[in-house]
Amino acid sequence: MAHVPAEDQLEHIAAAIDEIATADVQRLEQLRTSLLGRKAGALTHVLRSIPALDAEQRRTVGRRANELKHAIESAITARERTLAAAVGTGPAVDRTMPGRRRWRGARHPITQVVDEICGIFRELGFSRIMGPEAETEEYNFTKLNIPLDHPAADMQDTFYLKPGVVLRTHTSPVQARTMERYAPPIRVVVPGLAYRRDPFDPSHAPVFDQIEGLVVDEGVSFVDFKAAIDFFAKRFFSADTAVRFRPSYFPFTEPSAEVDAQCQNCRGTGCSTCKQTGWMEIMGAGMVHPAVFEACGIDSERYTGYAFGMGPARIAMVRYGIPDIRMFFDNDMRFLDQFLE
Amino acid sequence: MYASLNWLGRLLGTELDPQETAERLTVVGATVDAVEPVHAELGDVVIGLVEQVGKHPNADRLTLCRVSTGKGTVEVVCGAPNVRAGMKYPYAAAGAVLPGGFKLERRKIRGVVSNGMLCSAKELGLGADQDGILELDTVAAPGTPLLEALDLADTRLEVDVTPNRPDLLAQRGIARELAAAMGLTVKLPAFEGAPAVPAARRVKRSGSVGGIEVIVEDDEGCPRYGAAVIRGVRIGPSPEWLQARLRSVGARPINNVVDATNYILHEINQPLHAFDINDLRGGKLIIRRANDGERITTLDGEDHPLTSEMTMICDADGAIAIAGVMGGENTEVSDETTDILLECAYFDRRRIRATRTALRMDTDASYRFERGTDLEGLPAALRRAVELIIAVAGGEEPEAAIDVCPRLPQPTTVFLRPSRVEHLLGVAVPQDEIERLLGSVGFTLAPRDGRLAVQVPGWRPDVTREVDLIEEVARLRGYDSFPVEMRPFRPTTVPDAPSELRSALVRQVLTALGIHEARTLPLGPVGGEHAQPVQNPLSSEETHLRTDLLPGLVRSVERNWSARARDIRLFEIGRVFRATTGATPPVETLRIAVVLTGARQPGHWADVSGIDFDLWDLKGMLEEVVGVAAPGGAAVAPDGADGWEVTGPDGTVLGRGGELDADGPPWAAPLFGIEIDLAVAETPAVRYRALPTTPPIERDLALVLPATVAAKDVEEVVRGAGGSMLESVAVFDEYRAKELVGRSVAWRLVFRDPSRTLRDAEVDRSVNQILRALKERLGVERRES
Repeated sequence: MAHVPAEDQLEHIAAAIDEIATADVQRLEQLRTSLLGRKAGALTHVLRSIPALDAEQRRTVGRRANELKHAIESAITARERTLAAAVGTGPAVDRTMPGRRRWRGARHPITQVVDEICGIFRELGFSRIMGPEAETEEYNFTKLNIPLDHPAADMQDTFYLKPGVVLRTHTSPVQARTMERYAPPIRVVVPGLAYRRDPFDPSHAPVFDQIEGLVVDEGVSFVDFKAAIDFFAKRFFSADTAVRFRPSYFPFTEPSAEVDAQCQNCRGTGCSTCKQTGWMEIMGAGMVHPAVFEACGIDSERYTGYAFGMGPARIAMVRYGIPDIRMFFDNDMRFLDQFLE
Repeated sequence: MYASLNWLGRLLGTELDPQETAERLTVVGATVDAVEPVHAELGDVVIGLVEQVGKHPNADRLTLCRVSTGKGTVEVVCGAPNVRAGMKYPYAAAGAVLPGGFKLERRKIRGVVSNGMLCSAKELGLGADQDGILELDTVAAPGTPLLEALDLADTRLEVDVTPNRPDLLAQRGIARELAAAMGLTVKLPAFEGAPAVPAARRVKRSGSVGGIEVIVEDDEGCPRYGAAVIRGVRIGPSPEWLQARLRSVGARPINNVVDATNYILHEINQPLHAFDINDLRGGKLIIRRANDGERITTLDGEDHPLTSEMTMICDADGAIAIAGVMGGENTEVSDETTDILLECAYFDRRRIRATRTALRMDTDASYRFERGTDLEGLPAALRRAVELIIAVAGGEEPEAAIDVCPRLPQPTTVFLRPSRVEHLLGVAVPQDEIERLLGSVGFTLAPRDGRLAVQVPGWRPDVTREVDLIEEVARLRGYDSFPVEMRPFRPTTVPDAPSELRSALVRQVLTALGIHEARTLPLGPVGGEHAQPVQNPLSSEETHLRTDLLPGLVRSVERNWSARARDIRLFEIGRVFRATTGATPPVETLRIAVVLTGARQPGHWADVSGIDFDLWDLKGMLEEVVGVAAPGGAAVAPDGADGWEVTGPDGTVLGRGGELDADGPPWAAPLFGIEIDLAVAETPAVRYRALPTTPPIERDLALVLPATVAAKDVEEVVRGAGGSMLESVAVFDEYRAKELVGRSVAWRLVFRDPSRTLRDAEVDRSVNQILRALKERLGVERRES
C-alpha cells in the first residue's frame, strides 16, 4: 500500500467509521483489528509512515490521523456499550432490590411485659387501675400495717417530699385506696412506678415498675391465692414451669409468701442467673392482713383476700436477657428497635 | 445472720446435712441464701510433724527443721522460738493459699530453700497469738488436714431473717425450727467447769447485788433488768471451742468475758453487757432517761449528745452506757478487770429504735432489742451467762443475781378458731394437727369454749392475733401441702381506670406512627418554680420531681446523638408533678410527650434521599396526638412564638409543640417536640353518617393573600359564605413569587347536596358569593392567571 498517498488512505479509513455504528460483535472486532491493530491496522500503518513524510504533509496527515483515531475509538466504545446493553438489560424489575419501609415504633419492653401480665390477670377477672405516685405516709405505711416505729419500715428506704408525704415505695397504697372506694368483690391489678432510695446499679434503680394485685371477697382462701398465682406463672412462662411458695414476711399480708418460678434460663438445674438455686423470685404475696382491712373500713371477719406485688423490669431482664436495668432508661434507639412487635 | 451447722447439731444432738438443713429452713420461712464451709481458706493446711530442729547455717534466729508432711519429709526454715522436735504444727506446703489470699511460694531464706511454712494462729486467722507457731496437741497423723484434726470443719448457713422473727437471730431459734421439722428437741449443752449458779432474786424496782445498788427509774424504757456480780475473773483468751463457735458465726473472739457474752447473744439472742465494777462510781447503777444535753463517749470513742427520749445506764456520777445500744468507754472491761457487773436486760423496742435512729448507731445489740428479745426468758439467760463466764474466766458470784422487774410479764394468750383456719387457708386442718404443729415450736394449747387458747412463748413477740397463728399452721404444715385448685370467683366491681385505657390507645397510635416508647426518670434537676423538691435526694442531679416530660426526652435524644444516631423518634407517657403548699402531696398530671428528629422515613434507593422531619410533620403529629390524647376536643393554634399551643374547649392550655433547642452535633437534623396533658375524658361515641349517593362538584380557587391575612381567616370566610352545599375546604398549594403582592394559596372546594345532583350554575353562584365575601372582609382576590 506504500504507493497509495497517506491522505487517500485516511479518507478510506474515515469511510469505515460509519460501519462501526451498525456492526455486530464479530464485525466490530474485525473493524478494530483492521483499523487499529498493532500489526495490520490501516490507521496504525498511516501513523507509522508519518515520520517519512515531508514537513507539511507530516502536519496535516498527523492531525487528521489523530482525529480519526479518537473518532474510531469512541465509536467502538459506544457500539460496545449498545451491544452490551442489548444483551444484558436484565428483568424490567429486579425484585431482590430492597422494598420501601416505614418507621415503626415499639412499646417499651417493660410496657410489653406489664401489658402481658395484666392481660393474664384479666383472664382471671382483674381490672386494671392506677393510683398516685406521691403518697401520704398514712397510705404508704400506716394503713398497710407498717408502723413507722417498727423495723419493717426499714425494709424500704424512702424518698420524702415533705413531712408526712413520700414517693410511694411500692404500689401497695393503691390497695387501701381501692378498698376505701369500692365494695367487694374486688379484683384489680395496678401497674405503676415506685421509688426507693437505692442508687442505680445493674439490678437496682431508684425508680422502678411494680404491679400490685388485690382480691377481696367473701371466702377467698390461700388455695385461691395459690391457684391464681400458679395460673399466672404457667401462662406467663410456660405450662411446665414449676412454682414454689416460700413462707416470708410482709406487714400487710399474712400468711405471706415469696413466690419463685423455676429459672427460665437453666430450667431449674442451677445457673448464674438464678445464683445456682434453680429458682427465680417473681413476687412477694400473701393473704391480706386483717389489720389492713380494718384500716380500710372492711369487715375483716366477713372478707378475706390476697395481694401480690411483682417487678416487671426484673422479669423483662430475665425474659430478654438484658444485663443492666439502666438500659431501660437510656432510650437508645438501637435498644428500642429490638423490641418491635 | 449466720448459723453454724456444728452448733445447730450440738443443740439438736444430731449430725446435720448442709443441703437438707438449708432446704428445711427455707420451706419454713427462714430462707437460706448461701451454704458455705467455715474456714474454707484453711483447706490447704495439714498437720506437720517436726522430726528434727537444726541450726540455720546463715542466721542465728532461724532454725532449719525437718518436717514430716505425710507425703514425705521436707526442710522448712522456721523463725518461731517455740519450735521443738517431736511436736506437731500446722504446715502449709509451697503453693498453698492462706487466709487473706496469700499464696505461699518456695523460696530461699538466707540462702537456704524453705519448702513451705509452719504457721502461727494469727497466720491462719485462728487467733491473735503471734508469739510463735501454733502447737497442736493432736493424735492426728502428719498430712491430716488441719480442719479435720482440730474439728474446725463446719458449714455456715446464711439465713435471711425477716424483721418479725427476732428469735431466728440466734442458733437456738434456728434449731427450734429444725427440731419442729425433724421431730427433735432443742437442749442447751452444759458448760464444762461451770458451777451451780443460783436463780436470780426478783426485786420490784431496786435491789443490791454484790455491793452494787441497782435502781430502775425508767421502767417504761427498761421493763426488766437482770444484774449479776462476778468477782475474781481473769481476763484472757477464751478456750478454743468458744473461739471456734464465735468464728463459725462470723464473730471475732476478743477475750473470755466478752466472748462469753457474745456466745450467749448468738446462742439465745440475749444481748449482755459487762461493766468493770471498779470503774463504777458511787456503788450504784441507775437505769433512767437521759437528761437533755447530757453526753456520753461510747466504746468506739465517739461522743454523743443525748435526749430525754433515750434510756441510759448510769452510775452515781453519770451515764456509762446507752441502754441497749452501746457501752461507754469509762467502764469498759480491760485486761486488768477482775470484778464485773453483768447486765442482762430487756429494753423497749420503740425506745431502742428511736435512740439508735437518732444517734445513727446500728449495733448487734440494738438490732436485736429493736426486734424484741425474750422478756420471759431473761432470768434463764442471765443464769446461763454467769455459768459460762465463770467456766471460761473463773471468779464467783458473791451472792445471787437480781432480777429487777416491776411487773412480771404475763404470757400472751391468743385464741384460735379451728374453723377460721379452714376459712383462711381453704383446707380443713384437723384440730390435733393444729395442736401438734403449734406445739412443735413452743406454743402451749388448751381447748376453751370451742376455741384453742394458745399461749405464746416469750421469744415470739410477733404472734399477737389469731391470723399470726394461722400463718404458723400454714408455714409448719408446709405451703406445698395446700392444693393449687382454681375455685369459682365473682367478677370485680372495679372498672378499668380511664387513664389506663387512654394510655393504651395513645401507645397504639404513636407506635403505629413509627415512634418508640421511652422511659425517663421522674427525678431530675429543678424544673421551674413549681418543681417539688425531694427532701433526701440521692444526688445533686436528682433533686426534684419533673414538671415536664420533654427535658428527659431531650436528654435521651442527646444520648442517642452521642451514639451517632441521627433518626430519633421517642414518646413517653408519664406523670409530672407540681408542688403544693401545705401538707398535701404534689399535684400529679398524666402527660404525653414526643420528640422527633432526622429522616421522615427510612431511606430508599428509588427515592430522593435526605428528607427530614420538618415543621409540617411536627404540626401534623401534634394534631394526631391531640386527636387521641384530648378526645374531648382541643384546638391547635400558633402560640405567638415559633410553635403551636393546644387549648381545651374551656380555654385552658393543654400543651404545645414546636422546634426545640438542643445541644446537637453539626450533622443532627432539627429537633421537634410535643407535650400535652393526657385527658381521661371518654371519646364521644362514633355516630354513623349516611354515605353520599349524589355526585360532588369541585372548584379550585387560587387566591392572593395580603401579608396580614392567614389561611385560617380565609377558610373561616369561605365556610361562612359557602352555604350548606359546601362540603369541604382544603389547601392544596402555596405559591410565592416576586410579581405577587403577598402570596397565592390554592384551595379545593367540594360542593354537594346529599339529596339531589347540583347544577354548575348554582355552584358558580356560591363561588361568586364566596369571592365577594373574601374581597369585602379580607381584601382577598382571585389570582389573575
